[in-house]
Amino acid sequence: MTYEILITGLIIIAQILAVVVPVLISVAFLVYAERKVLALIQLRRGPNIVGPFGILQSFADALKLITKENIIPSGSNKIVFILAPIITMVLSLAGWAVIPFAPGWVVSDINVGIMYLFAVSSLGVYGIIMAGWASNSQYPFLGALRSAAQMVSYEVSIGFVIITVLLCVGSLNLSKIVLAQQTVWFAIPLLPMFIIFFISALAETNRLPFDLPEDESTLVAGFFTEYSSASFVLFFLGEYASMILMSSMTVILFLGGWLPPFDVYPLNVVPGVIWFTVKVIFILFLFIWVRGTFPRYRYDQLMRLGWKVFLPFSLFWVVATSGFLVYFDMLPN
Amino acid sequence: MVLYSLTFYLFSSVAVLSALMVISAKNPVHSVLFLILSFVNASGLFVLLGAEFLAMILVVVYVGAVAVLFLFVVMMLDINFVKLREGFLQYLPFGALLGIVLVIELGILFLTDRSSNIYNNQTPLQPIVNEVENTKMIGQILYTEYFYLFQICGIILLVAMIGSITLTLRDKGGVKRQNIDSQNTVDASTAIEKKKVKIGEGI
Repeated sequence: MTYEILITGLIIIAQILAVVVPVLISVAFLVYAERKVLALIQLRRGPNIVGPFGILQSFADALKLITKENIIPSGSNKIVFILAPIITMVLSLAGWAVIPFAPGWVVSDINVGIMYLFAVSSLGVYGIIMAGWASNSQYPFLGALRSAAQMVSYEVSIGFVIITVLLCVGSLNLSKIVLAQQTVWFAIPLLPMFIIFFISALAETNRLPFDLPEDESTLVAGFFTEYSSASFVLFFLGEYASMILMSSMTVILFLGGWLPPFDVYPLNVVPGVIWFTVKVIFILFLFIWVRGTFPRYRYDQLMRLGWKVFLPFSLFWVVATSGFLVYFDMLPN
Repeated sequence: MVLYSLTFYLFSSVAVLSALMVISAKNPVHSVLFLILSFVNASGLFVLLGAEFLAMILVVVYVGAVAVLFLFVVMMLDINFVKLREGFLQYLPFGALLGIVLVIELGILFLTDRSSNIYNNQTPLQPIVNEVENTKMIGQILYTEYFYLFQICGIILLVAMIGSITLTLRDKGGVKRQNIDSQNTVDASTAIEKKKVKIGEGI
């Protein structure tokens, strides 16, 4: 009896490690890729000293940061101050439990997978708010307030985009969402929703051009101004891990997950996990490309875009899609 | 089964303890954070019951949206805690009465014979993929049997929303607003005016 529990426990831990370790390693390479791509956009060389082509730069940076002194401001609320980066990190890793990398390659194949992802990504705001409040300093607090308002507003349109996809699938299970795209990826019939989801994902992960919570030119470093050393590393890892998570979500919802673009001979022998990875890398490249291209939005413009453009449009698209599906009798099951 | 009971006791004890901390914490921001912890644990209990959709909705709506705004307000307002605590004894009898009524109700629920009702049915310990999903079941019952009640709920929420907007919307004069459409439609013919300036006079 206890032996069985031990075995199940060990299997669960092994599964978790099998997902978390590759995610953390890919975060390191994502940081490297971002610096390299931005450097190429700006006609610089980027990191090129540590290792061949500077490929070990992120690991060197992580070591440097961890060995530094961890400073906790004396006026801060210490428990919340330490909890905030931990929560950010945990939440950005928790979402990976339901992501299907290939048929059957999923830690927990739950019925409400997409709802779980939505819930976890909506909790991400707490790490930021807690960090901003616990720092007891003006810039982090302003960053936290901006972030709270921003994430709540963009979540609404993300919710509507997810509903549109669910209308076409008839299930909340992520594997079923992928399998429903065997005939055509949802990015084609639902192209406007795909674009809205991508832009909202930028806002949800606080990426440029919507990185107002950590806007250097006005808020020093925003909500993590007071953080140093290991707690800063946790924020950094959390932010990039949630970026990869949002890209995977985009791939599953719109780009057919592990499915090849066409179900023909040379393409369909490639393992699903490779297709999945290639698509995620493509979306991540778009994230970086956008960062290198667009200027930062002003705060009121950001709010206007969320509430006055995306919300009405995605609401209209939900109604239009359901009307279309009912009229042509194409509702799933 | 042991794992199930262990997780149940973990979730329920943390939920109860954090609910206690909500009312006993000195700092209101800590209270809200404990409230959030309590919500999350309640949703964990829902998952154990097999009500995974309800659990996720609880997290998305209460934790992801309502509690964020709650935290927002508590952080922004400068609350005088000493003054707040002065009225504590004044409300104590009423609160205690409410608590006693709740305890009695729960007691009645536990003591009554439950062999005939739905609580006795074996609920699945965790969501199973291949069965009829309870998300679907909720949808089917909500939009057929309880359709009118559901719509009335929606209308009540709409009325509340319109009410709160009209209460808070004030049009202060002198606020500069950016009209993006008019900015986008500007071209050379409307933006630039050509003038002949006489030498030594200016415009």
